Amino acid sequence: MMPVLEVKDLSVSLHTPRGLVRLISQIDFSLNPGEKFGIVGESGCGKSLTALSIMSLLPANAIMSGEIWFQGKNIQNLTEKQLRRMRGNRISMIFQEPMSALNPVKTIGAQIAEGLLLHLRINKKEAEIRTKQLLDSVGLPVSRFSLNLFPHQLSGGQRQRVMIAIAIACQPDVLIADEPTTALDVTVQERILDLINEIVEDSRMSLLMISHDLGIIAQTTERMVVMYAGNIVESGTTVDVFQSMVHPYTYGLFSAIPKPNRHLHARERLYSIPGQVPEPDARPVGCNFADRCFQVEEICRITPPDMKIIHGQHKVACYRPISHK
Amino acid sequence: MRLFLLKRMISTVLTLIVASVVIFVVLEILPGDPASFMLGIHAEAETLAALRAQLGLNQPLSIRYLEWIGGLLTGDLGNSYTYDVPVAELIRDRIMVSFPLALLAITLSTLIAIPLGVVAASQHNKPLDFLIMGFSQLGIAIPNFWFAMLLTIVFAVTLRWLPAGGFVGWDAGIIPALTSLLLPTVALALPQSAILARVTRSSMLDVLKEDYIRTARAKGVGYWSALWHHALRNAMIPVITIMGLQFSFLLAGTIIIENVFYLPGIGRLIFQAISQRDLIVVRDLVLLLSAAVILINFVVDILYALVDPRLRGFNDG
Repeated sequence: MMPVLEVKDLSVSLHTPRGLVRLISQIDFSLNPGEKFGIVGESGCGKSLTALSIMSLLPANAIMSGEIWFQGKNIQNLTEKQLRRMRGNRISMIFQEPMSALNPVKTIGAQIAEGLLLHLRINKKEAEIRTKQLLDSVGLPVSRFSLNLFPHQLSGGQRQRVMIAIAIACQPDVLIADEPTTALDVTVQERILDLINEIVEDSRMSLLMISHDLGIIAQTTERMVVMYAGNIVESGTTVDVFQSMVHPYTYGLFSAIPKPNRHLHARERLYSIPGQVPEPDARPVGCNFADRCFQVEEICRITPPDMKIIHGQHKVACYRPISHK
Repeated sequence: MRLFLLKRMISTVLTLIVASVVIFVVLEILPGDPASFMLGIHAEAETLAALRAQLGLNQPLSIRYLEWIGGLLTGDLGNSYTYDVPVAELIRDRIMVSFPLALLAITLSTLIAIPLGVVAASQHNKPLDFLIMGFSQLGIAIPNFWFAMLLTIVFAVTLRWLPAGGFVGWDAGIIPALTSLLLPTVALALPQSAILARVTRSSMLDVLKEDYIRTARAKGVGYWSALWHHALRNAMIPVITIMGLQFSFLLAGTIIIENVFYLPGIGRLIFQAISQRDLIVVRDLVLLLSAAVILINFVVDILYALVDPRLRGFNDG
């Protein structure tokens, strides 16, 4: 099966007052049609930048190298017009902040219909009918939610539903969800995730779920990568990574989750990975994780490790992966 | 929205009343007796007293205030001390010059400033941005009376394209009338547009960083379309604020510009009335200008609400 989206050797650097800083380097992954794929990592590891690269919406001071293939085309070779036809139509994105991601001076109806009118050959009347259907399908029935409402009249969860309606309006092939529930209450979070899951499965879209939350990745994806300081450190099926994580960073991430049935002794504290994520302009020569790793070796500080296969699809970038035997 | 309008209208009327009281009282306190000014310093005491009685100057303050307001509401503003013609007529003729001038100036300034500001923002830190901001800096630095003289020298004296001053009157036809207002309009508008362009640019730069611009782009909206359709309206609040302030300054600016161009407008009238102690005219003109400023604030409030639904009051789409 040909992947719908392929990211090859993607690196992104940013011009800053302190010079050119590389934020993500050599990212590789691919997404099959109908597949649900996750990227997990702490904030600042380059997850969102990866998503923006795919949308070709990087800020003006960013420089990108590598290739992104979408439906058999290298998006760097597309003209601005072709990119516009792709965005919101074949590939679309749900953003993190429902409070600020909607235009405060436009009605929700107008914001949903905009994509429809841009990409589909329909008139205003048809767009209105379709907009109502979309609102219904994201759980905002038109009987209670008029198309003429403004974003400030809705709650955070409702706004995120509008955002989802905008993203799925043209039934894209790939839906990117960048921390779609991070800004929401936990109870609302569950319902939004269910909604995304349901929509993706019903319309056979591919999902690229980006989150710092391992629980969300486990709940919504089939395959995943773990990112740390701009690199992919581990990849594989979600089951593989969850059951037998091999990178010390992934291991640390899992250990940092509190487990309700495990009794913590008075002196024992929840595990946290020692040290801090290195700043993008102060990353070490070797492995980015070397300074925080509990089993660091000489070689880790000299050259960064390449991705190697553990078994099947499960890969890791580490000289001393954790053994589960 | 209806409640919002009602509230605004009430506060506008209250402000007008307060302004009229302040103007009336201040002009009463000011030294200078209109009667003695009209009759000269050698006037007899009886003649003076007779004139004061005729002008109603010996009545109590409150009665005279109410008579003034009553007159304003019925359109009878009394006669000018110096010109001896009805003040209402005097002002009406002058408004027909000043109001079109102010309106033309603010229109021209907006038409120049907003596109320039938007283009500068879209070209942030690129040559065109620097060019536009350079001109804007120049426009802010130049005083408008000096700019007015410069325009006169170039277009009236040297090139002889346009009249150097004076107003032919609307009876002479729209085109000649507009021609005589052209240089004053430009002299008033350009310095203002320099400031307005700056405000538009910085406001646009703020808005362009917003998440919803990225959302629009992710929908497939093009860069310029996102700029005009998504960013500009959000960027308008500070621009409208400055435009409101500028309109008030424009009224003051016309005093200078009308003198430079010899236009028979409100600005020149107020200048003459003050120097001749024509207190009735001064009082009415000051109230007129204050009322204009208050009304502009009212219009600005309504524009805010039109631009931004969040300012329309709660749950009132």
